[in-house]
Amino acid sequence: MSGLGIWNYVIIVLLMMTGLYMVISANNLVKKLIGLNVFQTSVFFLYISFGYIVDGAGPVLNDGATAYANPLTHVLILTAIVVGVATTAVGLALTVRIKESFGSIEEDDLHKMDSSI
Amino acid sequence: MLAHLPVLVVLAPLLAAPVLAMMRGSNAPWLLATLVSWLSLGFSILLLMQVNDGGQISYAMGGWAPPWGIEYRIDFTNALLLVLITGLASVVLPYARLSVDHEIGPQRAPMFYAALMLLTLGLCGMAATGDAFNVFVFLEISSLATYSLIAMGRDRRALTASFTYLIMGTIGATFYLIGVGFLYVMTGTLNMADLAERLPELSDSSTVRTAFAMIVTGICLKLALFPLHLWLPNAYTYAPSAVTAMVAATATKVAVYLLIRFIYVVFGAEFSFSEEPLAEVLIPLAVIGLLSASTVSITQPDIKRMLAYSSVAQIGYIVLGLAMGTVAGLTAALLHMFNHGLMKGALFMALGAVAYRFGGTGIENMRGLARTMPLTFWAFVIGGLSLIGVPLTVGFISKWYLIVAAVELGWWPIVVVILAGSMLAVVYIGRVIEAGVFQAPADPTRREAPWGLLIPLWILVIANVWLGIDTRLTVDIAEAAAAQLMAGGGFR
Repeated sequence: MSGLGIWNYVIIVLLMMTGLYMVISANNLVKKLIGLNVFQTSVFFLYISFGYIVDGAGPVLNDGATAYANPLTHVLILTAIVVGVATTAVGLALTVRIKESFGSIEEDDLHKMDSSI
Repeated sequence: MLAHLPVLVVLAPLLAAPVLAMMRGSNAPWLLATLVSWLSLGFSILLLMQVNDGGQISYAMGGWAPPWGIEYRIDFTNALLLVLITGLASVVLPYARLSVDHEIGPQRAPMFYAALMLLTLGLCGMAATGDAFNVFVFLEISSLATYSLIAMGRDRRALTASFTYLIMGTIGATFYLIGVGFLYVMTGTLNMADLAERLPELSDSSTVRTAFAMIVTGICLKLALFPLHLWLPNAYTYAPSAVTAMVAATATKVAVYLLIRFIYVVFGAEFSFSEEPLAEVLIPLAVIGLLSASTVSITQPDIKRMLAYSSVAQIGYIVLGLAMGTVAGLTAALLHMFNHGLMKGALFMALGAVAYRFGGTGIENMRGLARTMPLTFWAFVIGGLSLIGVPLTVGFISKWYLIVAAVELGWWPIVVVILAGSMLAVVYIGRVIEAGVFQAPADPTRREAPWGLLIPLWILVIANVWLGIDTRLTVDIAEAAAAQLMAGGGFR
């Protein structure tokens, strides 16, 4: 656990909980999506930290290096980032359409309008 | 070509989706999507026959040998599930033509069919793959397609329903991702068979336990187990009829399959049930969900919403079966997974036909339906009887096996709960039958739904009755699948 040490994971957990709390507590739909992004990003960091090896070089062959970081976690997260971007895009597109048809993106207002129909 | 079947099932809708998105009009995209779904169904049936003849199929994606490359692994369980997914797609797509023109409009039709193909692709991929991370990718593909399909509903509340589902679905998928990360860090592999081999010696590790909790919670969010079902009622109610039929019949079932795969194969039944309190957690939730959701559905004025709550209750039955940890319980869960897909598909399609004629699915639209739309109405009744579990329908078969499994364990209170759930189903389906038969219609002229909706609907209804009488096909496969899963999927 030297090198990055356990603090890396402490920060990841803090980010994760901050993101999840934002998703639950925020009233504004865009803020919810920001929270969701923070939550997802913390998981990306988690994977990248898994792949780290003390004194390991980046996973590109070079002469001086004796150990390399695990490239697989990077590749996985590359995929997960793409998925995250797509989710955010769909979420924002939905938010735009909600704004167009309800005139608001505040969850309280939406609930009121829903129950009045 | 036969050797490539596992990937062809996934590939056919994948290749069709971008072509569909570029097409114009509504008839040509519809025809292409329908043909592709029939092709996929053909592939899945061939796969099931292959599994039946020669046991499991392992397919190395791109020729990279597992566990380094991605492996597609087909056994009885996922072969059965693939038949369910592609079969439902093959019935829903012919049905979709009129329904989509009516509810979505021809302009957005190509995009609708493209999204429906992406949904099919994601579900098939989740079922076929033997790689834990690959599951996440397909899970997100199918989820993103579902969000956009739900948002195409006519009611503006479809948008908020879709948004809620997006938030909860993404949290579920991310939980799953965290769990898979923990497993990778402990074992250095993502291949399910390889994981199953390496995990038993690590069962004391708190990281593996955390991974187990994360994965089970994440998947339970996707399969809408009480109390994680909050996204489901609105999403099913406001989605277009064809989408509700497809999603309700297949999407939660694939999540059930994933749960079974992880509990019984990747972690192993011994770890899940003896070392982790899985049954103690899942069974109370399943029982509460079953009873509360059935009760709530009785009071729903909108029949589509009523059936959505009933879906939450049915998930309770399935989870009850798989949480028993016995071969009999697992058989019942697999049977109900398949059979519930058939009955909910039929019921939602019947409601779609009502919506096509009356523009809504409220209980007031059901009045006198036996006279105005007899074929649609009796299709609904047969589907409803199947949901209750009346003999000669598929619902009876799966409930029977579930009760037998509970009796085998001596769990009499559970038997009472299962029967009570059926009684509640009698009440909520009875409401619709009462309105349809005994109440006078507002306008007594006969307005039967067009054949384009009725034929696919009745194909599913006949499947409900046929497989309820001739149980050889489903029961034999479910029993073989359960035995295979109990033995660790034949992986160990």
